Formats: sequence, structure tokens, C-alpha cells
Amino acid sequence: MKRFRRHGHESQRDRLKQELYQFNKTLEHGFPHQPSALGYSPSLKLLAIGNRSGAIKLYGDPGVEFMGLHDENAAVTQVHFLPHQDLLGKTNQSTLIYWINKVSIFQTKKKKTIYLPLSAPPSVTRVTAVLAHSSGELLLLGTEGGHVFIVEVPGFRELEERNISLEQVANGVPDDYIGRRNLEHVEALQENPVNPNQVIIGYGRGLMVIWDLEKQCALQHIPATQQLESVWWIDDGSYVLSSHSDGSYCRWMVGEEDLNDEEEKSDIPYGHFPCKAISKIIQLPTEEGPPFLLFSGGMPRASYGDRHCITVIHGKKHIALDFTSRIIDFFVIREGPRHTGDPSALVVLVEEELVVIDLQTEGWPVIQTPYLVPLHSSAITCSHHVSAIPLKLWERILAAGELQNTHYSKKPWPITGGTNMAPDPPQRDLLLTGHEDGTVCFWDASGVCLYPMYKLSTAGVFHTDSDPNDNLNQSSEGEWPPFRKVGCFDPYSDDPRLGVQKIHLCKYSGYLTVAGTAGQILVLELNDEAAEQTVEAKVVDLLQGQEGFRWKGHTRLDVRDEPVMFPPGFQPFALVQCQPPAVVTALTLHSEWKLVAFGTSHGFGLYDYQQKNNVLVKCTLNPSDQLAMEGPLSRVKSIKKSLRQSFRRIRRSRVSLRKHHVNNAQIQDANARLEAELAEMELAPVQRKIEARSSDDSFTGLVRTLYFADTFLSDSSHNSPSLWAGTNGGCVFAYMLRVPTVEHRAEEPITAHQAKEIQLMHRAPVVGIVVLDGHGAPLPEPLEVAHDLARSPEMQGSHHLLVISEEQFKVFTLPKVSAKMKLKLTAVDGSRVRRVGVAWFGSSRSEDYGESGLVVLTNQGDVHVVSLPTVKMQVHYPCIRREDVSGIASCVFTKHGQGFYLISPSEFERFSLSTRFVVEPRCLVEVPHSGTTKQNRSLRVMEHALLNDESEYS
Amino acid sequence: MVLSAVAQPSSQPGSRMSRQQQPQQHHHHHYQQQQQSQPQSRTPLKVTDNVVEVKSKFEAEYRRFALKRNGPGGFKEFYHLLQTIHHIPGVDVILGYADVHGDLLPINNDDNFHKAVSSATPLLRIIISKKDDEPVVFGTNSLQRRKKGLGLTGLRPTGSGSTHSKNKPGLMIGMPQNFRQISSIIDVDILPETHRRVRLHKHGTHKPLGFYIRDGVSVRVTPQGVEKVPGVFISRLVRGGLAESTGLLAVNDEILEVNGIDVAGKSLDQVTDMMVANSHNLIVTVKPANQRNNVMHRGSKYSIGNSGSVGSAGSSGSALSHDSPSPASQSNPITASNSIAEGDSDEEDDDGDLILENDCLTPYEPQQVNNGNSTNLNRDSPNTRPPHATAVRPLPQSISLPNSVGASLTDGSMATSRFSDDTASNSPESMREDGNIITL
Repeated sequence: MKRFRRHGHESQRDRLKQELYQFNKTLEHGFPHQPSALGYSPSLKLLAIGNRSGAIKLYGDPGVEFMGLHDENAAVTQVHFLPHQDLLGKTNQSTLIYWINKVSIFQTKKKKTIYLPLSAPPSVTRVTAVLAHSSGELLLLGTEGGHVFIVEVPGFRELEERNISLEQVANGVPDDYIGRRNLEHVEALQENPVNPNQVIIGYGRGLMVIWDLEKQCALQHIPATQQLESVWWIDDGSYVLSSHSDGSYCRWMVGEEDLNDEEEKSDIPYGHFPCKAISKIIQLPTEEGPPFLLFSGGMPRASYGDRHCITVIHGKKHIALDFTSRIIDFFVIREGPRHTGDPSALVVLVEEELVVIDLQTEGWPVIQTPYLVPLHSSAITCSHHVSAIPLKLWERILAAGELQNTHYSKKPWPITGGTNMAPDPPQRDLLLTGHEDGTVCFWDASGVCLYPMYKLSTAGVFHTDSDPNDNLNQSSEGEWPPFRKVGCFDPYSDDPRLGVQKIHLCKYSGYLTVAGTAGQILVLELNDEAAEQTVEAKVVDLLQGQEGFRWKGHTRLDVRDEPVMFPPGFQPFALVQCQPPAVVTALTLHSEWKLVAFGTSHGFGLYDYQQKNNVLVKCTLNPSDQLAMEGPLSRVKSIKKSLRQSFRRIRRSRVSLRKHHVNNAQIQDANARLEAELAEMELAPVQRKIEARSSDDSFTGLVRTLYFADTFLSDSSHNSPSLWAGTNGGCVFAYMLRVPTVEHRAEEPITAHQAKEIQLMHRAPVVGIVVLDGHGAPLPEPLEVAHDLARSPEMQGSHHLLVISEEQFKVFTLPKVSAKMKLKLTAVDGSRVRRVGVAWFGSSRSEDYGESGLVVLTNQGDVHVVSLPTVKMQVHYPCIRREDVSGIASCVFTKHGQGFYLISPSEFERFSLSTRFVVEPRCLVEVPHSGTTKQNRSLRVMEHALLNDESEYS
Repeated sequence: MVLSAVAQPSSQPGSRMSRQQQPQQHHHHHYQQQQQSQPQSRTPLKVTDNVVEVKSKFEAEYRRFALKRNGPGGFKEFYHLLQTIHHIPGVDVILGYADVHGDLLPINNDDNFHKAVSSATPLLRIIISKKDDEPVVFGTNSLQRRKKGLGLTGLRPTGSGSTHSKNKPGLMIGMPQNFRQISSIIDVDILPETHRRVRLHKHGTHKPLGFYIRDGVSVRVTPQGVEKVPGVFISRLVRGGLAESTGLLAVNDEILEVNGIDVAGKSLDQVTDMMVANSHNLIVTVKPANQRNNVMHRGSKYSIGNSGSVGSAGSSGSALSHDSPSPASQSNPITASNSIAEGDSDEEDDDGDLILENDCLTPYEPQQVNNGNSTNLNRDSPNTRPPHATAVRPLPQSISLPNSVGASLTDGSMATSRFSDDTASNSPESMREDGNIITL
């Protein structure tokens, strides 16, 4: 009987769990890692990006996002939209993958794989050029062997009789053409814009042939003698442009008669000295005035061979847009109902970002991208998420951000395909990312698009090594080529000490604290006006006279003594510098008490930012811990330096590398070498030492977590402010704080007395401390109650202390600390806590039911939800590959059961554990139905991810 | 055999303590008697300094008398005197007295008799026990538990030595604190013969656990034939480490379980973390690389009669264990001893956290942590005592003095076998069966 009852209770709990928890990976924010192909459909207004791991992502209007993944883990080399309907991706194998766009692209994964005739060896049939014919019925595939296969769509039947074989073409080649014996692969395929029956086939050797698809014969041979890079057929069909590997481009008249071997015009734009190849050339007419000529590459090899440039020439205007990473591809968006009008925007995909240039506004400014923003313009070093931002603060941050974006074009985002169906986000969420160069980026993380709101730089407070002449160099007049730097990707940090390590923002007061690599802690305040001020530095000695140590790491940052002009936004007003200047490992801010607590590997301190006075210093250093003293960065720094050098070497050597087919052998070679090295490494046995942790282990004094709580520390009738600190050695310190009343806050000193010290027997690092109120609920954030956004904590019942170590969760009673219950993690399954957060889970079924829980990420990459206050495991899901150490380290949880982690240096994956709070794309793209006439265009609807009903977003 | 390293603080409350107190309630009325009689007789005698007040006890009876401090006579006279006073002429008895430290020491010759008389302050307590009764344990602090039960004052409040485990009628061959359990083989009855479950006690030793593990390939015989599966193996033993000194673990032993949890499918790092997390009380089940040491003679040893304490095979959670006292004694018959349910060990580290409240806070000193460690140990040590053993077998009310160490040895084994009779529910037959069946 008892068993039955219990069973009933358990199934009820199981049902509740289903209502509370649900794991979804919903979105990828940021810029795709290692993009390799770009495609655009003017009619759908959709952008497609393929990457080296086989993924294709589609973007339209902000919020319209789709993703597809090839089964084979092969790089996508080309992406084409078939006119009117479909998307085509091409991988570097002899297969073409075809997604039917009419149905949801990747929900159904309805796709086809086309295998080209296997009679010929693969090297011959490898597809090198693709032309989606404007009729929408044909696909032309140029191959390595020089043949052009013609395939019927949508059936993908090879039209054998219409194939254009190399022999057919070679017969008509003039006898005196030097390359007639070997025309090489098909480099380019283009359709005549005014006569769809004519296509031009460009061969690697240089020869171009205009072919009539109907008559199946060559109309004209264009005997270019330089290695061919690209072909462009001018809008009116009268000319063909070809670009070549020597940095030249040529204009050829298209005539009826054959063997018009005189090129109309030839030019090497950056001439005289040998130039690099022009890999792509486009010329577009304008209604009135000269045409736009755009080409990538062509830079003088010796002096600017390492630049990644696209040149735009329009009449007298000539600019070489200088990108910070390799150019993958570019296209131009044109105006007009048929997309044949004036060019309006240039869209460039470079390896690390997408740049869109407004070609209609004077000065060709950049249009800010609403998505695909490179998160890693400088490497991300930490992240911090703040849920439910009050509207006032939100607007102030937005306003500060807008002032920073004045150099962007006012034009709206030109890629507008599809309709965003997602409801407005239920709340305003901020994601803050700290970067290696000392900047903090504020992202609007409320919805599908991770939109940059505001960027804060902390570098201005300090003297840095950066060369002030850097900026002058760029804008020098009369330089040839006329470079203009574009894009924000800048991986080089002036000073690694500026790196941001910890961030804490109080959303109610607008106080922000940012801590960095060289032990610097800045306290900032939001100011809508620019202000000139001096930031006073307070040096805090965390060693407290511990002797016998020598800090071998970096020095403290040098603070500017003179007043600094700070733009509107977050402005620093207080600075603490730890001595030794080790990286700050824990940081928290209490805006009500106006206190900041900070910790490093040597100890922790408490700073009163109202009185600008340090209240408390506690050295946690173990005297036998030499490692903590030496400063781990001294070594990292040199690694970084050597990395930078090798980066430059690679860049230099890349200059000499040629296109894919040349690379292949080398890549295979390198792979083989790497594999051999790996095999060798595997032979050496990997051993792990089994040893109990001792107080002598390294970095036991490293402060891992700091926590403010108003709780019962000394007796059960009086609560008081307290500070809690947890160390790497499994030690918890508790301090009782005396905070004067508001009237006397400015003059009376704040005092701190140590009240408790807990040494966990298992000595595992303490990664989280939470105080639970009389109802077992976590204490609210400071000012949360004052703003009526949280229930006052229950002070009647007894409070409990939850200590989360890497190995277990343990609840203690308060004020007398004694163990009450615990949940072991490591002892049971061998995983360790890497990230932990408190989250509130709302039930999907009942509006007003919800539970607090701990969200935990382990070193195995699993996410767990642990109930509060009972510390029972609720659910767990695999989330991140266990090998993905940086992904696991980057994970950040929200207060509502969502999370973010880096899947590449430039992309966040967004996931949700909650049934109620899910942010995912919901969008619709209307696609004209294929096979119907233009007058009678029936619309089909493409929908994505309408899995959950609307009620969840309530 | 369990010899705890450190004494329990007498003031330490706790559930375990109360279990131990249970059987001692038999003494309670004696204690009251004593309390009543003491004040009356002691007061007049205290006046004269040359007389020693003697209180002797035989079974439940007390006698009080005085002896001249200067000329008490010899041991033989005293022996006869006691026989007369207690009306037990002709009964062979053993005499013991409580010294100033509360230790029970023997009186069996003139010298120790004189020592006893001269050190009496002011009362000389004599305990008489029949020779063929159970052997009494002499030694440092051997009266400790009695003292607590009886609530006697005047004896030293806490002992520096070790509390002797009461269910172990003991061999007094050295100072108890010199012995510390560092390892044991457990659950032999429920494991296949090819496996060995070893428990390493990190507590109280400063030796490192001292071993390394690695990935490897394990060969399993399945109905489909021989199958190769990934496994985790011991790759190295640190010289002088705990693992090496036990002799129970060896290089290339395959790790099958860590504290009862199967490691199959877990990565090397996971197994490492599990072991480190359990390092204070690590139980590893291994498949020894050398299978020659662990088959036949193990079974025969257990059938010799020490099997009484082995639990039923069904309840693996509370399975009893055989603990070997030291590596050297491996070849000796293993003494029946305490069992610790695996779940029970969970409790250990609850007490293990060192908590300093504000009244005892001192500036941070890393050494303090080490002290804390040994404190933990103190609190944990009662845990290693079997919970049921005390309940089953009450403390003997009478104590007998062995004539020699040799005699006590035989008595000891007798006691052990009787102990096994007491726990008849775990019948030796079924146990033996279990053992044999599983080893097939």
C-alpha cells in the first residue's frame, strides 16, 4: 500500500518535471565559423552561407534564419539558388546536394544527392563551376575534366545529348591558340543576360567559348592567354569581362563572327609590378552615370600581397576596401522590381565577418548588420547574462550605443526575405561579453538576433602600448591603392593585461563592475553625458605581508593620472588594483550596500565604492603554493607572442598558395603528417594520478566565488549583511558586515568581521554559494525587492547555506553551520561541476506554478537541473561534447533556464532547459511555386520550427 | 581487527555513542550503590594518612576495608585476604586495580601490589574476576569506557591512548595507537573469485594513496566469443604509497568499480575524478592481473571458523567485510571484524567538514588545516566500529585476568567463535555456500 502511494507521488513528480523542463538547442548566434561559400537570391532576398563543416545557413529579414547540415562532414564550396525556388549547395565531393526550398529547409531535410556519371574518373567529374540557368529548368555543371554536364531540374536527370564535351569545344579553337592542347578545367559559366540560350564557358587556361544551348554549337571563341579567374557578362549582353591570375582584367566584345581575337580593352589596375589574381569581377550599370566596377584581389604582390581587398570604381571614385580577413565571396544587391536597377549595396563575406556597404550614400558607409555580427572582433574572454532588464536602463544603453554608431549608414538592412513570425520577446535580456582587448560588448539577447547594443572600452583608463600613429597611417592622402579599412574583426590585442575576466551588472542601479587580467577592478556608472574625469586607483595588497614570494607575472596596468574624456555610456569612477596583479577570478557587486567584492589566486577583498575605500582584505594563499605566486601569465604571454608570429608567417605563406586544386595535394600531405603525429602520441600511455587532495595542492587559495547575502550569520534572531567566499581548496569564509544606515552611509565606515570558516573535507573547489530563505528559495538579488520585482525573502524560518563544490552540493543549517543534506556528483558518475546558476522554471501547464532550481554544466558537457532546496537531481541532458573544453568553459546560464556557449570562437549556441522560456526562430518564406507560369503564381509557405504552440510565450 | 588511532573525546555526543552505552546500563545500579556508600565511609578514613582505603569488587559485590600504607604485606597475603573478605576461598581469581590514569592494571606479584597501594589516591579500587571468565583487557585507558558508563569522576577526563574496541577481547601486544587500519579486502562472499574489492583508508595516514591509472583493453569472454572492450588499469604504484604497501593492488590490475559504481563506459578522467572524490574512503574492485594469489586458499581460510561475521550475500548494501589488520597478517587467519555498509560511508564526510564558528576563529594558518584533518579523523573513527556488534554482545560484567599473553590469545579465539554463534542469523553454512557458489 505504501509502495503504491509512493509510486503515485513519483509519477506525479515525473509529470511535473515534464511540465518544467525540456531541453532544446534553439539557435546559433554570431558568425559561422570558417565560412566557405556565399549565395544570394535577389527574388527571395535570402542570403546563404556555407561553411567548411558542411552547414548551410540562410538569412533574410532579421529573425528569419534557417540552417541545414550536410550528412558528410565536407566543406561547402559553392551555394546557388535555383531561379524561383530552390537552393543548391555544393560540397567538395562529386556530389551535389539539393534542398527543396518549398518545404521547410532543414526540418524535413528533404534533399537529394546527385552523383555525376561514374564512368569517368572522379578527378574528371569533380564539379568546378555551376550555373543555375534562368529558365529554372537547367543546371550546367562544369568539371575538372573540362566537360560541361547539363542536368534537368527538378528531376536531376542528366541530359546526355546536350552535354558540352571538351572535344566539341576544342575542335573550334583557333590553331594558333597556345593553350589549345589543354584547356584545363571549367573555371566559369555565365549566362547571357539578354539571351538565355547563350552561355559562356571559361576554361582555366584562359579560353572562353560562347555556346548556344539550343543549336548546341560554339558561337564565338575568346582566346585569352592568361590563367582565367572569373567571367562576367555585362547586362546588355554586348561585352564580357574576364579576370586573370596576373591581376589583369579584359573586356571582350560579343559578336556574331568567330575569332574576334582582339580584346577590346585590357587593364592591370594596380599595374607595373606583378600583381595578384583578380578572383572575381563584376560590372553593373547605373541609370545615369558611369557603371560600377567591382573586383576582388589584384593587389601588387610585393607591397600589398597580404591585403584582402575589394576595389570599387564608380566614375572618379576609386576605393580599395581593405578587410581584416580573407575574402570568401561578394555580391551586389540591385534596386528595381527585377533586381536589375542601380547597385544599392555590396555584400562581402570575409572569413571572420559579413560586411555590407551602402553604395548609394556618399562615402559608401557600412550598414550595420543585425545578425552575423562577429562576436569575436576581439577574442571573447568571459560572458555575463542579465535577464529582464528594466526599460529605463535598456533605453539608456541603447541611446549610448546609438551615439557610437554614427559612422554607420542610415539605410535599412537590405536583405529582407521572409517574415519573422516570432512573437515579441517576453522580456529584455542582455548578454555581456568581455574581450581580450578590454572591451565589453552589450548584446540584445532577447530574441532570435543577437544584436549589438553598445560597446564599452576599459582601455582608456590605462596607458597602453598601442601606437597612436596606427590610426594616422590609415588615412594618409594620395596613397595608392586607395585603401579604406572596413570591418571590425581585429584579433590583435594591444595589451593582454586589458583582457576582461569578470563582469557584474546591477540592472536596477546601472552600476557595472568589470575586472581584468592584471588584477584591475573598475566600477562604472551609466552617464548619459560625456564627462571628463580622473579615475582614482586604489592598490590593495592581497598578500598582507606574506613573505618569501616573488611575483613573476606581469606588472600592474599603468593608470592615467590626467583626466580622461569618457563618452556617454558607462563611465568608470573607481578602480581597484590588486597586488600581486593576478587575474581576477571572482567578482560580485551589491548595489544596495554599494560594495564590490573581488578575488584572485591570492585572496579576496571588499571595496566600498561610495567611500572609495577598501574594507577588507583576506589572504587565502597557502605559503607552500609557489605556483600561485609565479603568475601563470608569464608563460601564456610568450605563447601568445609566438602564436602571433606564426599567424603572420601563415599569412605570408598563404599569399603564395593558389586555388583549391593546387592546395589539395598539400592539404592531404599535411593531414597525413598530422595523422602520423597523432598516432605517435596515442602510443604513449596516458596516466592519471590518483591522490587525495591536500592543502598543499596548487592554487588552493584561488577564490572561485563570492556572494553577498542578508542572512542569519551569528544568531537566529538577527539577520545581517554578509559576504561569503569560496576557494579552490574547498574552503568557505563568511564575514559579517556592518553597513551603516542610508543617512550615515557616506561617513561611517563599513566593517567586516570573520564569522565562519568551513573547510570541506573533500577539498574540491567551491564554485557556488547560495543562501536559501525560510521557504527554501534562493535570496533575491539586491534591489530586486525594493523594485517590487521579487517577493521579500522569508526571514521567519531558518535560512540554509548551499555550498556547491565541483564534486557535490551540500546544504548546511544557519546560523549554526551543520551539514543537513547533500548530493554527490563526482563520487557517483565521475563528472565535475563546471558552471552553475540559479534559475526559475515556470510550468508550461499552470501559469502560476514555478520552481527554483540549480542549473549545472559538468565537465562531461551534460546539463543537470538540481531541485532546491532539496538538492535532488531532476533531469540531465547531454549538451556539449566533452572534448569541447572551451565550449564548456564559455557557458553562461540565464535566470530563466536558458544558456549560451561558444560553438566556435565566433558563435554562441543558445539552449533552453525550460518549457516556458524558449527563444527560437519562427519564420516564413514565401516561395513561388515552380513549374507554374509567372502570372499564376501560387504561393507556398515555408515554415520553420512551429513546434510549440503560442501559449508558451505568454 | 580494528584499533582506532585516537581516543574519542568523552564529551562527544552522537548516535553511535548511545549505541555503545546501551549494554552498559547493566552497570547503572552498581554505580548508584557506589555513590551512596562512598561518602559515608570515605570521610573518616581520609583523616589518617597512613591507611589506604580499599574497595574491592567481585561480581556484583563490593567490600570496603583499609590497608596500612607502610606495611601492606605481600601479594599472596593480599590475595588470601580478598578471598576471605569476599568469601570465595579456593576460587581462582585474577586481581586488577584502577590506577590514577583510569587504566586497569593487573596485580599478580609483590611489586605491582606495592605499586598499587602506594599510588592509591585515596581509594584503591580492586577488581576481582574469576580466572575462567572472559579475559580482561589491561592496558592504557582500558577503563575508559567503563568510566564513562559509570560516570566516575576523578579519573582522567580524556585519554591520550586509544579506546579499545570492546568486542575484541584483545591481544595486548603493544600500544594500540601503533595500529591503524589502512586497507582491507571486503565483500569476498559476494564477489567472484577472480575479483577483489579493496578498501584503502586514507584517514590517519600521511602516505599518499600512490597509484596511477591508464586506459587499456580488457578481454571479456562472452557467449559470442572473446570480446575486446576498453578498460581502466592500474599503471603504476608509487613506492612507499598506501596502494603499494597494502600488497592488494598491482600494476595492470583492471579497475571494475569505484565505491560500488561500475566504471564501464567511463572515461579515464571520469574514473580519476571518481577515485579522487572518494579518496578518503576508496573502495576499488579490481580484477587482479595475477590471478594465482586469490583463488583457493582464500576460501579454505574462511571456512576455518572466522566466517561468522560475513553477511548474507543478498544484501550487498550492508555487506560485511573482512578486514586485515596489516599487510603482514595476510597469511594469518583474518580476524572477524567490523562491517561498514557502503551507504554508511556517506556519513563520514558530513562530520568531516571542519567548521569554525566565530568564537574559535583565529588568523588563517594553513597548518590549522592539518589539525582539522586529524580532528575529522577523530570524529570518523567511531564509524569504523560495527553498529550491530555492540548490541549483540554486551560488555562482560565481570572481567577476568589472563595469566599470560598466550592464554589470552586462546581466549581471544574462543571469544571470536562465540561471537559468531551470537550472530547465528547469518549462519556459517549459508555463508560458506555463498562463497563457494560465487567462486565458481
